[in-house]
Amino acid sequence: MSNRRLLLGNEAIARGLIESGCAIATSYPGTPASEILAAVAYFQKEESLSMHTQWAVNEKVAFEIAYAGCQTGLRAAVSMKQVGLNVASDPLMSAAYMGINGGFVLISADDPGPHSSQTEQDSRLMAMFAKIPVLDPDSPRQAKELMGVAYEISESFKTPVMVRPTTRVCHSRQDIALGAIPKNKRQAKFEKNPARWAATPKFRLQLHRELEEKLAAVAKYRPTAPQKLNRKAKSGKAIIASGVAAAHSKDILRELKIWSKIPFYQVIQPFPLHRKFIEHIIDNYEDVLVIEETMGVIELQLADRYRVKGKLSNTVPRVGELSPEKIQEIISKFVGLKSEAFTIKSAPGRRPTLCPGCPHRASFFAIKKAAPRGIYTSDIGCYTLGLNLGAVDTVLCMGAAISQAAGFYQAYKNEKKRPDIVATIGDSTFFHAGVPALIDAVVQKVGFVLVILDNRTTAMTGNQPTPATGHGACGESTETVDIESLVRGCGVKFIQESNPYELQEFTALLKQAVKYSRKNGPAVVISRYPCVLHRARQGETGELIPVEVSEKCDGCGYCIKHFECPALVYHDNKEEKHVSIDPILCTSCGVCLNVCPKGAFVEKQ
Amino acid sequence: MSKTVKQQILISGVGGQGVLFVTGLLAEAAIGKGLAVFTSETHGMAQRGGTVVSHFKVGDFSSPLIRPFKADGLLVLKDENIAQHGSFLRKGGWAVVNSGNDLKIEKTLTASGIDADKLAQEISNPKSVNLIVLGFALARAGQKAGDGINLFCSLADIKKVLRKRFGSRKKLLDASVRALEAGYKEYKK
Repeated sequence: MSNRRLLLGNEAIARGLIESGCAIATSYPGTPASEILAAVAYFQKEESLSMHTQWAVNEKVAFEIAYAGCQTGLRAAVSMKQVGLNVASDPLMSAAYMGINGGFVLISADDPGPHSSQTEQDSRLMAMFAKIPVLDPDSPRQAKELMGVAYEISESFKTPVMVRPTTRVCHSRQDIALGAIPKNKRQAKFEKNPARWAATPKFRLQLHRELEEKLAAVAKYRPTAPQKLNRKAKSGKAIIASGVAAAHSKDILRELKIWSKIPFYQVIQPFPLHRKFIEHIIDNYEDVLVIEETMGVIELQLADRYRVKGKLSNTVPRVGELSPEKIQEIISKFVGLKSEAFTIKSAPGRRPTLCPGCPHRASFFAIKKAAPRGIYTSDIGCYTLGLNLGAVDTVLCMGAAISQAAGFYQAYKNEKKRPDIVATIGDSTFFHAGVPALIDAVVQKVGFVLVILDNRTTAMTGNQPTPATGHGACGESTETVDIESLVRGCGVKFIQESNPYELQEFTALLKQAVKYSRKNGPAVVISRYPCVLHRARQGETGELIPVEVSEKCDGCGYCIKHFECPALVYHDNKEEKHVSIDPILCTSCGVCLNVCPKGAFVEKQ
Repeated sequence: MSKTVKQQILISGVGGQGVLFVTGLLAEAAIGKGLAVFTSETHGMAQRGGTVVSHFKVGDFSSPLIRPFKADGLLVLKDENIAQHGSFLRKGGWAVVNSGNDLKIEKTLTASGIDADKLAQEISNPKSVNLIVLGFALARAGQKAGDGINLFCSLADIKKVLRKRFGSRKKLLDASVRALEAGYKEYKK
């Protein structure tokens, strides 16, 4: 049996960390980075390693735990998605100045497209902003290799190093050879050095100077220098690419039969770009095309605006994923080839929806009943899909449902007619960034209802545990933090818990909360029912209430529009319009029994 | 089969249908045959009942994605997806589509339809549409002439992967093999 294994990009990254002797790994889940930590935990178990692997409450906390680990001389890593890095940017900026003791690798996964994110921001630009080196892998295989390289740079130059995979690296699978795991274990040893680890502004200036020197040295580091992959190619034109764009380009150049003609350089380390490489390119080529995602980080560092074409010159689109067909068009144009027509019929596809039986659907339906003309602020998670039910008006970033509710309240404070405001936030998101906002709302006596959608898991990203779950990344048991006590601790006076599947009682409770909030400040309702997907994976189900559609159904479409369950199918025939239930999708949750205004859904006898 | 095999297959469906599962089976089968594999999948928000597509490549490739008009084959678990993903297929490429209706697909493509939803109900395994469609494609791969297709793996290869995956979970293994065979036999009918 060979040691080649089919690894997801994120698993390859995890394996790379383990093979580099990483002793502390932390993360907060977020697509496309979520599987990294779970895979670290998997390999940790498989290889019986003693290391610390944990889901932290948010990315900032995750960063700081791992960073302290590296301060003791251990190798540490923190992984997150690109918008998670916004949350962790505070420690990142400072850690760049302070440097490291043991190797420290930050993995920030970008999502050009975006497929599952709020923005298409480029983490490599964050690395540039923080002044740390960043590596840009083109495939799962290279991502694994670059983990070791990242630790070498980190320890050679005493700096945190970022590795920036994109969705197409994280969520591709490749057959990859597994390597050995280092036997020698380092011991944690923190050496006090307040001038570095607790530097005051005076020392920070010195650290900043050191940081610039480190970057200048990294820009000469041989192992990560850009490579010309087709040595024999000669032309006045050159193509430079990094990441997955480089992978696409390699196949395309071969297929267009210009591999042996147009010099092609792959950049592994987009920042700091190697000095000699910059000189070489400017000295040798008249016409240079740079293909990279999602911003022009390499292009920015190639200082000749006349010869360099890329995002800044609008030669490469600044928005959206660089699909291979887009790259083929760009390259064809650049080298003067007629490009193949890639006009595909565009079809919308299916929009994502809440799963059949999802407790969030019941919560949203009840919210609309309890505050029909309200403003509905919401947050990041599966429940963003409450959009489809018309029960989500705003989604900004993690935790903003609560602060935005406060903002709307203050904006309408002096108006005669003030809308009811209902905020929805998931359990994991509440822990992540909701708590400070709730404290603020209590202090300001903000009249709004907060519905905490407590499905006992971080569902959207693949059911990672929350602080209330009671187990950690490796399945070990942990302490739990009770949401109700936490809310009470924030100073909230109205707090009730209810099961949204009991739709009538749940709606009545929400109405009570709305009424309370108009006069007395924040009211919190914890909507508690486990994620159906998570439950099903564990082989569990709730009480089954099979439902059928009676003859009372007149095809008014109310349930389709306002309840939007994928298991409800609308039939628009000439003879009659009606609704039926798809037996494959229906989970028999029974919630729809209380949805039809005509009472057409009835329990199957 | 020679090591120079190069095939690109697009697998298209909606969240919950097991697009990723089928992709994984094909990938494991390729590894079992000592071939290089590269696949790309959809995760996160898009997976909640939305359109899910995975790109599967076997052989020497740098890019994980299939360009339009380059796919050798198409496995479609929901026929409405033809509108979105049909144009990935190259001229002369093959397609197997789960559909209860007449296929509205260009005649130049060697496309065949199978009502996998109905078959899945018949074998009381409503979630096995993915395996039924795959079984049907594998049957076509066994054909030399007519609508036979060139596929790097066989029914036996996929069964081997299933056994490896579900080894001790006999019930799950039996149900999966039954679904795969239901699709296979449907073609042979």
